[in-house]
Amino acid sequence: MDPLLPLIIALPLLASVVLALAPAGLARRIALGFAFAGLALALAAVLRYDTAVGGLQFVFRYDWIPALGAEWYFGADGLGVLLVLLAGLLGPFALWMTPPELPLPRLFFALMSLLQAAALGVFLSLNFVVWFLFWELALIPAFFLIKLWGGDRAGPAAYQFFLYTMTGSIAMLLAFLALFRATGSFDFIDLAEAARAGELMPSLAVGAPVAAGLVFAGVFLGLAVKVPVVPFHTWLPDTYAEAPAGVSMILTGLLSKMGLYGMLRILLPLFPELMQAWMAPLLVLALASILLSALAALAQTDLKRILAYSSINHLGYCLLGLFAVGAAAGPAAGLAAGREAALAGVCFQMFSHGVTAATLFAFVAVIEARSGGLRGLHDFGGLRAAAPMLCGLMGVALFASIGLPGLSGFVGEFLIFKGAFGLVGGWVALALPGLLLTAGFLLRVLLRVFSGPLPERWQAFPDLTRREGLMLFPIVGLMVVLGCFPGLLLRLFHSGFALLP
Amino acid sequence: MTETATLFLALALIPLPPLAAAAVLLFMPGRLRRPAGAIAVVAQALALFASGTVLVRVVAGGDGFREVLNFTWFQLGAETVVPLGLLVDATNAPVLLMVSLVGLLVFIYSIAYMGGDPRAVRFFCFLSFFSAAMLGLLVANSLLLLFICWELVGLASYLLIGFWFQKPAAARAARKAFIVTRIGDLGLFLGMIWLYREAGTLLFYDGGAGVLETAVLGGLAAGAAGGMTAATAIALLLFIGAAGKSGQVPFHVWLPDAMEGPTPVSALIHAATMVAAGVFLVARAYPLFEASATALSVVAWVGAATALLGACIAVAQREIKRILAYSTVSQLGFMMLSLGVGGPVAALFHLLAHAFFKALLFLGAGSVSHGCGEEKDVLRMGGLGRRMPLTFACYGIGMMALAGFPFFFSGFWSKEAILHAAQAWPVSPGPFWIALAATFLTAFYMSRQMLLVFFGRARSEAAAQAHESPRLMTAPLVILAALSVLPLVVATPAWPWFEALVRGGEAQWALSRLLAPEVWPLLAGSILLVGAGVGLAWWIYHPGRREAAGRDPLEDRLGAGHRVLAEELYWDRTYDFTVVRACRWSGRLAAALDRWIWGGAVALAAALARLFSALADRLDRRGLNHGFDLGCAGLRAGGIGLHRAHRGQLHFLLTTLGVGAVGLLLLLAWL
Repeated sequence: MDPLLPLIIALPLLASVVLALAPAGLARRIALGFAFAGLALALAAVLRYDTAVGGLQFVFRYDWIPALGAEWYFGADGLGVLLVLLAGLLGPFALWMTPPELPLPRLFFALMSLLQAAALGVFLSLNFVVWFLFWELALIPAFFLIKLWGGDRAGPAAYQFFLYTMTGSIAMLLAFLALFRATGSFDFIDLAEAARAGELMPSLAVGAPVAAGLVFAGVFLGLAVKVPVVPFHTWLPDTYAEAPAGVSMILTGLLSKMGLYGMLRILLPLFPELMQAWMAPLLVLALASILLSALAALAQTDLKRILAYSSINHLGYCLLGLFAVGAAAGPAAGLAAGREAALAGVCFQMFSHGVTAATLFAFVAVIEARSGGLRGLHDFGGLRAAAPMLCGLMGVALFASIGLPGLSGFVGEFLIFKGAFGLVGGWVALALPGLLLTAGFLLRVLLRVFSGPLPERWQAFPDLTRREGLMLFPIVGLMVVLGCFPGLLLRLFHSGFALLP
Repeated sequence: MTETATLFLALALIPLPPLAAAAVLLFMPGRLRRPAGAIAVVAQALALFASGTVLVRVVAGGDGFREVLNFTWFQLGAETVVPLGLLVDATNAPVLLMVSLVGLLVFIYSIAYMGGDPRAVRFFCFLSFFSAAMLGLLVANSLLLLFICWELVGLASYLLIGFWFQKPAAARAARKAFIVTRIGDLGLFLGMIWLYREAGTLLFYDGGAGVLETAVLGGLAAGAAGGMTAATAIALLLFIGAAGKSGQVPFHVWLPDAMEGPTPVSALIHAATMVAAGVFLVARAYPLFEASATALSVVAWVGAATALLGACIAVAQREIKRILAYSTVSQLGFMMLSLGVGGPVAALFHLLAHAFFKALLFLGAGSVSHGCGEEKDVLRMGGLGRRMPLTFACYGIGMMALAGFPFFFSGFWSKEAILHAAQAWPVSPGPFWIALAATFLTAFYMSRQMLLVFFGRARSEAAAQAHESPRLMTAPLVILAALSVLPLVVATPAWPWFEALVRGGEAQWALSRLLAPEVWPLLAGSILLVGAGVGLAWWIYHPGRREAAGRDPLEDRLGAGHRVLAEELYWDRTYDFTVVRACRWSGRLAAALDRWIWGGAVALAAALARLFSALADRLDRRGLNHGFDLGCAGLRAGGIGLHRAHRGQLHFLLTTLGVGAVGLLLLLAWL
């Protein structure tokens, strides 16, 4: 029994309790202290993870409600460790970038810590009951964070976010109840093994053959809303645009990964037959996520909405890789290489997108703080002249997002396309225009905001402060390091993934 | 240390110094402009030295010399190892030397040209970064590494075109260049992952298992799917990438706009080196292209079309750099044509020769503009020959090399070799005749430019007061002028040393070969064509003519045709009207889809939910609550009755309960 993983989840929970009792003036420091401690624990997990052995490590099990099949069951494979690291990085990052004057700081930081704990719980739990508990727990702090600290239209956005994701969750809960009725287990490992032995589908289909499909659809819907997959994404642009800076960073960086993580952990291992049978519609959804969101981004003028659509677009590549892996089950050697590359690419892209997208939202917050809340594409111009460091670093992040080689975004996309092309060929070629459109709408930001003559009103636009630079510089540096030495992260997947063949 | 190890040390040393310089300059304070230029120049000189060493080694290595060094970039697991590699052979060694040499000269020129710019440190940083990426592209032994560097030179190009970002035109041109070349890059990307799937590797040479080696090529050329072999499909996709980068029709539209960048950038990136990367890619992957006759034909025809269109449009341009830009487009077309018709050596030689004289012409154009108050319109110049004698002399040499003046210029021989290859192409005589037409036009538009800029009387105030540029700017011109002449000695039919180096074999000196029946008629013919082009230009633009300033005599002679050419065949406008507009509208459509269809479905669901809840609410209040209330009233009435009946007995009840409970507990404890 390794206490590392429960500790990783408990630390931000403890932080939120401490924050609730601490004096308001110290709230930010306490929260940051806990967040950096969390980062240290995450690094410890990465370093201690034995890549030569692979599989689930740091396993922790403790019975909770045996009659319900509920168990505190935690474990991490390469993917879990990777996401713990992402959460560890984004936690302090998001708190750091939160503007200093903030109403109700204690509550804000306590809720942020709670959100962090929920995301970590999702990434590490291996029992559905516990997993679902964390999954739903994430909604509550997110709802209040958006509603209380968000923009002018935060109320409706928060309700939409809550109800939409709640609907998905209910579908998923019902699906898992059906799974439990059929198998008597909520244990992801047991369920995956049953699926691999070919017992899951028959036991689900007892009574009604359509049941298996319904269960799959329920789980898919719950996860798809969270990612989100087009057309279940309409909550996202409003939510990201209205949420306060630090919260948008966590939403796009971490919470969107919960859905993808669920797909890797649940959909792929539990429903291989259905993933294969439904490959065409699934791949169409992936392509829609890539292309429609990129096109919609071209039509936006609000920087946050552009980034919101950009987020859907980038996660679309993850979906493409995922569904390609799902489409091509089989023992052929070429397929194994394709799956390996696509899965590693999906994971790398998740991490890279988490860092890049959060950074871009942080930069928009920095700009917003200087412009008195303005963040329209046409509100600026020529900022490079006034704030070269801000624009330079944000430029690097934008190019990482475009997928320029040498920066982190390229590796994931290359591996996804390489892997998926070996698995589903032509579908991948259809996704290529997405790469062009991504460059299109991101270069538009560079053109409108950074280039051209500097308007009179922004002559004194301040460059990055030392405090901002202290956080943003290493994060942007990380994009370069990962782009040049992707092996640093990819080594986590040397020995494959838990639950996946 | 073994010989191979020293070779790779040298090879690694080629891109590293500029990269290190770029990294240093990135963090250098903006006021240190002079040291920044010095750092960049020194790093570039180191790269030049290393390139020279490598070339010497390749020449000494003799026939088919090739050394590779492969290493693992990252590993995924049992199935996937992603290697990268370095390579040196006769294809890239001369190009390496050219890039580092032209780079060095342009860097020196930039110290004078950009020295006054407040962001000069950043300029040298970007320039060094470009140089590193370009050199990396050349030494790559893996399509993946080549692609990485390919994108990085694209980034450098983007940054440098838009270096004066305050100018909206520059910023737009930068974006256009990035987007248009990225369309090509996607072709290259798809070709790359396709090749990866078919071959299982992206290394060019890997001890028999590389993608350019016979074992793999045989497999690529064998299987056919959808009417073409994998080799054809992959080669065509790679060519899309090459066409984007090298400004081939229909992707050429970005290159003339790229002239918004500072002149040294135009000279180095958009004339000598990066735009030739596409040509280099095809030359590098030539075994793959040779495996597909279809792909080679496409290359030849696209090249021919580009050569002709570029030359036609150049005839009617007025901006000095824009004329040169279209000339570059046209010359890149010549190179592609040569590759397509089976003359890779001629293409490579033209790439090298063109790099020197075109860099010379751009730097000369920069010197001209610099001398006459940033004037760019050739029709508002004139008579500069007397006021800028050194620039005039160097420019004249560059112009004669480009126009293909006989015998003493490298450009003459390289073009000759291309025409020769095109003539020998068995598939079609078309490209040959097109190339001849383009040769004539080249001589014409270059003579036109020369006459308008340097001869006659000054047609503007600025031109009348022009002055020669500082020595730091003219020195590179002189060296480049020398380089526009010298390389000819290694690639004439009399002594085809260069061909022997690339193809293998021994070059024999034989002057008589110039008079061989398959050589001299073409030589004579192309000399006549060049003469005709120059003569026509003289007839129209002779220095003694009297026209109003700013009026092109060609306008009157060509009429409507001139307008079409001056508007660059309406190419940009067509794209604006079709592709750009289609993108914008599909963007709006996607946003509307989001708002009304997907969002509408959600809103509908929400409205339905509200409707149901309203109904349920009404049912609750009217039906259930009312019934409940009635029931409660009944209960209450009954309760009151009971209450009356049991009044006063509460104490008794509680006592009984308490006693009972204690008794029960005692009983349980006793049991």
